[in-house]
Amino acid sequence: MSVRTELPETRVETPKRRRTPPPLLVHALAALGALAVIVLLTLVTDEFTNLRIATIGYYLIAVAGLTLLTGLTGQVSLGHGAFMFIGAYTVALLVRRVPTFPLWADLLLASAAGGLAGLLAGAAAARLRGPYLAGATLALAVGLPALTRKFPDFLGGSNGLSFTVHSRRAGAGVPELRWQTWIVWLSVLLALVLVVNIVRGRLGRNFRAVRDDEVAAALSGIAVGRTKILAFLVSAVCGGLAGGLQAFLLGTAAPGSFTPALSLSLLAAVVLGGLGSLWGALWGAVALVYFQAWSEDLADALHLNTDVANNLPLAVYGVILIVVVLAFPRGIQGGFHRLGVLLRRSAKQKENHEKH
Amino acid sequence: MQDFFDLTLGGISAGAVYAALGLALVIIYRATRVVNFAQPALALISTYFAYSVTKATGSYWLGFAVAVVAGTVLGVVTERLLIRPLRHRSELSSIIVTLGLLLVLQAVAGMIWSNEPLAFPYAFDFRGRFSANDLFVVLVVVAIAALVLVVFKYTPLGLRMRAAAFAPEVARTLGVRVGLMLTAGWGLAAAVGSLAGLLATPPFLFPNVLDGVFVYALTAAVLGGLDNPLGTIAGGFVLGVGLSYVSGYFGPEMVTIAALAILVIVLTLRPSGLFGRAKVRRV
Repeated sequence: MSVRTELPETRVETPKRRRTPPPLLVHALAALGALAVIVLLTLVTDEFTNLRIATIGYYLIAVAGLTLLTGLTGQVSLGHGAFMFIGAYTVALLVRRVPTFPLWADLLLASAAGGLAGLLAGAAAARLRGPYLAGATLALAVGLPALTRKFPDFLGGSNGLSFTVHSRRAGAGVPELRWQTWIVWLSVLLALVLVVNIVRGRLGRNFRAVRDDEVAAALSGIAVGRTKILAFLVSAVCGGLAGGLQAFLLGTAAPGSFTPALSLSLLAAVVLGGLGSLWGALWGAVALVYFQAWSEDLADALHLNTDVANNLPLAVYGVILIVVVLAFPRGIQGGFHRLGVLLRRSAKQKENHEKH
Repeated sequence: MQDFFDLTLGGISAGAVYAALGLALVIIYRATRVVNFAQPALALISTYFAYSVTKATGSYWLGFAVAVVAGTVLGVVTERLLIRPLRHRSELSSIIVTLGLLLVLQAVAGMIWSNEPLAFPYAFDFRGRFSANDLFVVLVVVAIAALVLVVFKYTPLGLRMRAAAFAPEVARTLGVRVGLMLTAGWGLAAAVGSLAGLLATPPFLFPNVLDGVFVYALTAAVLGGLDNPLGTIAGGFVLGVGLSYVSGYFGPEMVTIAALAILVIVLTLRPSGLFGRAKVRRV
C-alpha cells in the first residue's frame, strides 16, 4: 500500500560457512517455546484471563489465514467468518452425532470442511478481483448463517447447537479451562508452523508475485489461478480450525456469532496488525480480544447505557480501519519495523561516534 | 399459477429497490472507481433521520425529504474527508476505508437509536397483491433512473461528470473542476441510495436492515457490469423476480445463497458482468 523508502541495509556476508538448520525445525522450536510461554502465562493468571488467552489463540489462526489471503495474495475476503462458521458447526455436529471421535479428529475434520468450502470459494474467486471478490465474499458471510434457519432440526435454528466436550483425562489436576487453553494453543501453533513455512517458501513467493503483478507472475511461469485458489484453501483451513476451536472452547455453535460484523472485524485485525505480516496477525488478534474487553470495562466505568456499550467495539473497529489506512498504512508491525530500523541506526551512530 | 403471478409481482417491487441501491453504487464506481461499501450505512443513517423527523412532526413526507437531503450531505462529506485522500492509493485502501465507515455508522446508529427494531411506516397502503406502495416504489425508481440517465447523457453537468471520471487530466485542462464533479457524483449517489433505503426499510428499522438489500444491490450492479446504469436497473429487476421465485419455492433462507450462486455463475461466464465490456489489459 505504500512504498518503502528505506533501502535495505547492506550487510557484508561473512565467508565463514555455517550450516543453517532447516526452517521447519527452527519454526517448530519457536512454536515449542511459544507454547511454553503460553503454559506459563495460563499458570500465573486467573480463569478469566485464561479464557482471553484462549480466545486470542483461535483469533490468531483466523487472522493469520486472512493475512495470507489478503495481505500476501491481495485477495480481499469479507466472508472469512463463514469459514469459522463451517468449522464451528462441523465440530458441533461431530461431537453430538459421533461422540466416539477424539477431539483431534473433530478439529482436523473442521479444518478440512473449512478447506473444502475455501476450495469452492477460491475456484469461483480466482476469476474475480477487487470489488467483485469483496462483494461475493460478503454475500457468503451474509448468506451462510441463514442456512441454520433453513434446517432447524439439523443445525439448531437461530439458537444453534450446544454440547460439551470432555477433552481432559479423568484425574488430571488441571482446571478445565486451563487445559482447553493449552489445547487451543497447541493446535494453533501447529497450524502456524505450517502457515509460516508456506509463507516463507516457494508458494509464499508465488503468492506475493501474484499480488504485485498478475501478468508478470503469469509470464514467469506461475499458474495464477491455481495460486489464488491455493491461497484461499490455506486461508479457509485456518478459518475452519479457528471456528472449530471456538466451538470447542465455548461449547456452542450459533449463527449469531458469525455475523458479517465478525468477518469485518477479522479484516480490521489484519489491517491493524499490518497487512502482509504474520506477526501483525498476532497484534491484530490481541487487539480484537482486548478492544472488546476494554470497551466493556469502559462502558462499566462510565455507566454507559447498553446500546452504546454493545456497539462500542464495532465503532472502534471501524475507526481503526479508517485511521490505519489513512495514517498508518503499515499497521502495528510496520511501526515495530520502523522502530527497529531507527534503534539499529542510532546504535550504529553511537558506535561510529565512539570509534572516532 | 396464482402463486407464480404473485411472486413475479412481489419480485418486481423488491427488484426496484435493488436497482436503486445498485444505481447508487454504479454512479460512484463510474465517477471514482470506488465501490462504496458504506452505501447501505449512509442510507441507513438517513432513514433513521426520516424516522426521527416523522416521529417528531407526524409528517411522513417531511421525514422523507429530510432523509434525502441528509443522505446527500453525508455522501459529499464522505467523499471530501475519506475518499479524496486515497486518490492515488490502491483499490484495497478504498475498500477498507468504506468498510470502516460502514462499521462506524452502523454502530453509531445502534448507539443513538438502539439495536432494537423500530416500526417504520410504508409510504402508501401496502396490503394486497400489487399494493399502492409497490406501485409507488416501482414508479419512484423508474423515475429516478430516468432522471439520472438524462442528467448523465444530456446535461452539461453530466458531460463534465463523465469527463472527470474517464479522463480527469484532459478534463482538467479543459476547465472542468474534476474534484467538484467527483464530489457531486458522491452526493447524487448518496441521494439515490437514501431513497432506496426509505423504500426498502419498512416495516422495521434496525442497524442491519439493509445488509441483505446491499448484497442484492451489489449483485444487481455486478450483473449490470458495475459501470452501466441501464444494465444495473435491468439486473435489479431480473434479480428481484428471480430471488422472489427462490424465496417462494425454496424458502426465504435460501435467497442470499441464491444471490451468491447467481453472482458466481455470471462472473465465471462473463467476468465483467452481463452488460459490461471486457477491458483489454496491456502488459
